[in-house]
Order: sequence, then C-alpha cells, then structure tokens
Amino acid sequence: MKKNTLTQRLCAAPHVVWSAIFIVVPLIMVIYYAFTDKSGAFTLENISRLSDYTSTFLRSLWFGIVATIICLIIAYPLSYILSKMKLRAQSTMVMLVMIPMWMNFLLRTYAWMTLLEDSGVINNILSKIGIGPFHMINTSGAVILGMVYNFLPYMILPIYSVMTKLDNSLVEAAQDLGANKFHVIRDVIFPSTLSGVVSGVTMVFVPSVSTFYISQKLGGGSFALIGDIIEMQFQVSNNFNFGAALSFVLMILILICMAVMNKFGDTEEAGGVVA
Amino acid sequence: MKNNVIIDLKNISVKLGDAQILENLSMYIRDKEFITLLGPSGCGKTTTLRIIAGFLEPDSGEVIFENKTINGVPPHKRQVNTIFQRYALFPHLNVYENIAFGLRVKKMKEKEISETVKEMLELVNLNGFERRNINSLSGGQQQRVAIARALAVKPRVLLLDEPLGALDLKLRKDMQVELKNIQQRLGITFIYVTHDQEEALSMSDTVVVMDGGVIQQIGTPQDVYNEPKNAFVADFIGESNILDGKMLEDFKCSFSGAQFQCLDKGFGIGESVDVVVRPEDVDIVPVDQGMLNGTVTSVTFKGVHFEIIVDIGGFKWMIQTTDYEPVGKRIGLDIEPDAIHIMKKSKYSGLYGDYSSFSDELEHLSDIVEEE
Repeated sequence: MKKNTLTQRLCAAPHVVWSAIFIVVPLIMVIYYAFTDKSGAFTLENISRLSDYTSTFLRSLWFGIVATIICLIIAYPLSYILSKMKLRAQSTMVMLVMIPMWMNFLLRTYAWMTLLEDSGVINNILSKIGIGPFHMINTSGAVILGMVYNFLPYMILPIYSVMTKLDNSLVEAAQDLGANKFHVIRDVIFPSTLSGVVSGVTMVFVPSVSTFYISQKLGGGSFALIGDIIEMQFQVSNNFNFGAALSFVLMILILICMAVMNKFGDTEEAGGVVA
Repeated sequence: MKNNVIIDLKNISVKLGDAQILENLSMYIRDKEFITLLGPSGCGKTTTLRIIAGFLEPDSGEVIFENKTINGVPPHKRQVNTIFQRYALFPHLNVYENIAFGLRVKKMKEKEISETVKEMLELVNLNGFERRNINSLSGGQQQRVAIARALAVKPRVLLLDEPLGALDLKLRKDMQVELKNIQQRLGITFIYVTHDQEEALSMSDTVVVMDGGVIQQIGTPQDVYNEPKNAFVADFIGESNILDGKMLEDFKCSFSGAQFQCLDKGFGIGESVDVVVRPEDVDIVPVDQGMLNGTVTSVTFKGVHFEIIVDIGGFKWMIQTTDYEPVGKRIGLDIEPDAIHIMKKSKYSGLYGDYSSFSDELEHLSDIVEEE
C-alpha cells in the first residue's frame, strides 16, 4: 500500500472532523443516554421498558416492509422502461421523478391530507361522478401511501442507474440461447440489477421504518410508528434517556435488516448509488 | 433449388436513419460450410449476422432457413447461436451455469445437463473449470466458455462476431486452428465475421467480401485472392499494386507505358481496365533485362522477405523479395503473364493500389482505430 501524501490527508481532514462531530459523537451520546437515567447513573430500566412498545416496533417494521415492497414493484418495471427510452425522454422522466424531492417533505404530506380527506379533493371529484365517498385518511393504507410517495424516488434512482449500465448483449445472449422474455427477466436482467435493488431497498426501508410525521398526519394518530414515539419522548415527555433507548434499538434492528439485505447483494459488483 | 442450402438471404436492405447499412444483399450459405463475412468496420457484416440471428429485422428482403421464411421469428426460436464480440457471458453465473443456461431453458434433466457441460468443457479444453467465476478467467478462457455455451444447445448454425478480436496475436492463431477443428469435428455451419483478411483466408471455405453494405465478391479464399473482382477486393485482401491499364486484345494488355502478355480475355479492344500485380509475383532483374525500370525508394525488412518500394514513372510499386536492394538503386522488373490479373473498372478504381503514401506505421494506426 502506498502511504497517503500530506495533501491527501489534508483534503480528507474536513471530512474526518465532520464525521467525528456529527456522526460519531451523536452516536456515543445516544448510547450514553440510553443506558443512564436522568441523574446520569447507569441503568437498564430504559431498555427493559422497551417491551411496552413491542407492537409499535412490529407495526413500524411491517409498514416499512410493505412500503418497500410496493416501491420495488412500482420502481423496477418503471426503471426498466425508463432505461429503454430515448436519451432525451430519459432525462425528462428522471427529472419528473426528482422534482417532488425538491419540495418540502411536510408540504408534500399536507398535500396528501387535502387530497385524501373525507371531503377532500378526491372524494369531491368522485361524488361528482356519483361514486364514493370513500374513507381514506386516517387509515393504515394512507400512511403506507405517504411512505411510498415520499420514498419512491430513492428506489427508482439506484435501480434506474444499474439498468442503464445493463449490457444489452447479455440479454441478446440469453435470447440467443432460447430464453423467452420471462426467462430473460428472471435469469439475466434481475440478477444483473440486484445491486441496484439492494441499494433502493435500503434507501427506502430505513427511512420508512424510522419515519415520523407521515403517520401523524395521514394516520390520524391511530397508527403511531416508532419514529413518532421517539419524537414524542424528546419533544413532549422530555425523556431523552428513553428516547435514546428507542433510537438505539431501532438502529440495531435496521443494521440487522441491512446485513440480511447485503447478504443478497455482496456477490454483485458495486453499483447503484449506495454500493 | 441450390444444393443443401441452409440459409438463404434474398434482397436484404437495412436503413438506419439516413444511412443505408445493407443494400439489396443476396447470398446463400451451404450446410456445414465455414463462411466468412469480411470487410472494414461499417461494411454491414455484423448487421448481416444480426439479421440471421434475429436481433434485427431487415426493412425489406427475405431470410430463409431450410426453405422456410423466418422473418419475424424471434431469436430464441431460431436454430442459430451467436458468439458475441465481447463474449457476453453472464457475470452472475459460474462457468458451469453459463454453459448450462441454454439447457436449463430447454428444461433438460440435471443429469443430461451435467453430461453435456462436461462434454463441452472437454471440447474447448477447459476441464475442471466448472466452479470458476467468470471474472477470474482470462480473455482466451472466457472465449472458450462462450463457445462451449453456444455449442451446448446443439445449434445448426453458429454465428461468430469477430470472436478473436480481443485476443493477442499468438492466442488468436491458436484459436483459429481450434475453431476450425471444432467446426470440422461437429459438422456445424459457421458464419464468421472479421475484418482480418488473413483470418478469413486461412479458416474459410467461402469468403464474402463486403463494403458499404454491398457484397463485393463471394468465392473461395483462392478465388478472392487470385481473381479479385475490383480494386477494393484486391486492396483489402493482401497487398496489391493496382495500375491503370488498357486491354489491347485478348491475352495482351498495356500499363506503365509497356505491353504485357496476360491470361485474361473477354474484354473490349482498347477497354480501360484495372491491372493487379501482387508484390510477391514480381521478379527483380538487372535494368537492361527489365520489362519496367525504376528506383528503389525504401526498403523494410519483414523477416521472411524485404518489402521494397520502387518508383516507376511516378507510381510507387510494392515488391516483396528475398534479395536486398539498396535505396537509390535502379532495378528492372520482370512480370510473368500469370502474375497479371485484369479487372473491370469500378467505382473503386484509382482509390487503392498505389504505395506512394504507404507507411507501415499509418497502416498499424488505422488497424487500431478500426478495432475500437
């Protein structure tokens, strides 16, 4: 190995300092708070109290999984179609995927509230043509819809990125060997784009599991997720220690999920946005 | 009906945007034949291959396989298989699974699959490579896997798209011999695409010389070398001095200000023609015995022979000889009747065959550009 030159080290310095202050230190603080009480003495009480929220944890995981699967089902064929379009059309479409990301997250969620309300935009239109009204807001479906809408671009972009790099001669080789469309997709396209899927799943699943606010606004408070509980501990109950314990366990759960995911992806070459 | 024809292309035309890729191309391919499509890049040879494989539909014309039109039949239903230029092996599968791919699609039994894979690996000399990762193989080994994969499904016709282009010279020569052996042993029709004229001459039963989307000549390697149809073929295959000449009468022509006996007939009296003289067919003699005289302007040692450029009345000839002649010396040339080949004038006349701007280095450079 070549030793890093002074210039290289100097260039890396801001990043190292940044990581230390904004990643490592907060992590240590989370762990510290999780295992101490208000007076700063060591305790396991925070951790043992977590069992009260088992159902919330499970609901968060379940909603996260459902939202991720729906994102994948939408994003995968969409990315494939995108990658087959003319270059000009491709950049326009990618732009359309990205534009919602430029708008504020809260704003987007509020917009969905006005759309989904019992007397909201969608029910109004439906009643004009004589159907409905449907009760949509404050359901688990609305919460998942909110997640899918907000996080879909993070699934599309990495998958689209590996799709564009897919070597078309591999597809031709498979067809040449007798594979029909279904075989080509299952045996060649999907395995070759798996790294993008892994990136996308990670980038959608992690924020979905830990999200707050979406469930409050679209779920009407009846589908509290773990993110909401954590927010409540810090903002309302002022119980930093229990909030930290919840965050800590959530972090571990996510790490386990990602480790499982990466098991699928590690035979692949690096690809996508997150390798 | 022609004898044992397996593939018949009739009046194939392909246009991509404004560019005419293939223009009214017709040819047939016999069963068990080794046929090579030869031409510079952009001549339409790969396009022809893709039409036979089914990856591309011609704008007009018919593709006939064993007397049945197969226009519109998708690639996975055609009895032809392709060796791709960059092999196109599946990176997520190991050697065994790559070769087994086509067999699994056919839903063959696992036992038969493993037997076939073993047999194929033996055929391409890769025994024991079953579990190897594709990315850990060298270019030559990947090439062999690609061959094994295509042959495993027992195709009637194998299409090879510049399969040896990425290999180094030594390996390329070995693979040429091996491919030819495999073809003869299995009795499969090979349709081979290359821009390397030496490869085409040494491997093929039939050579199809193409340029600009048009077939220039079809014939055996000897035919296209000894009896080129026009200046393009003469120049593309081997080295040629191509001179502007006139047919005086049958078996008699004139060029470079002198008259020569030749073996060609059937041209009009006084007709303008292109005259081909291969560099190795010219004998160097003392000036007073020469049919033509000129001054040596450059000498290059090539190992087997010297390559001498001789200026004769402003036209530079290339001559290959085993005798060294120094630069500046005046020499005489002796040209036998059977060294002269007469061709009708074509749109290629005057474009090729003069070595006044010849440089080894330039030719080498243009080769590299072509391969990219």
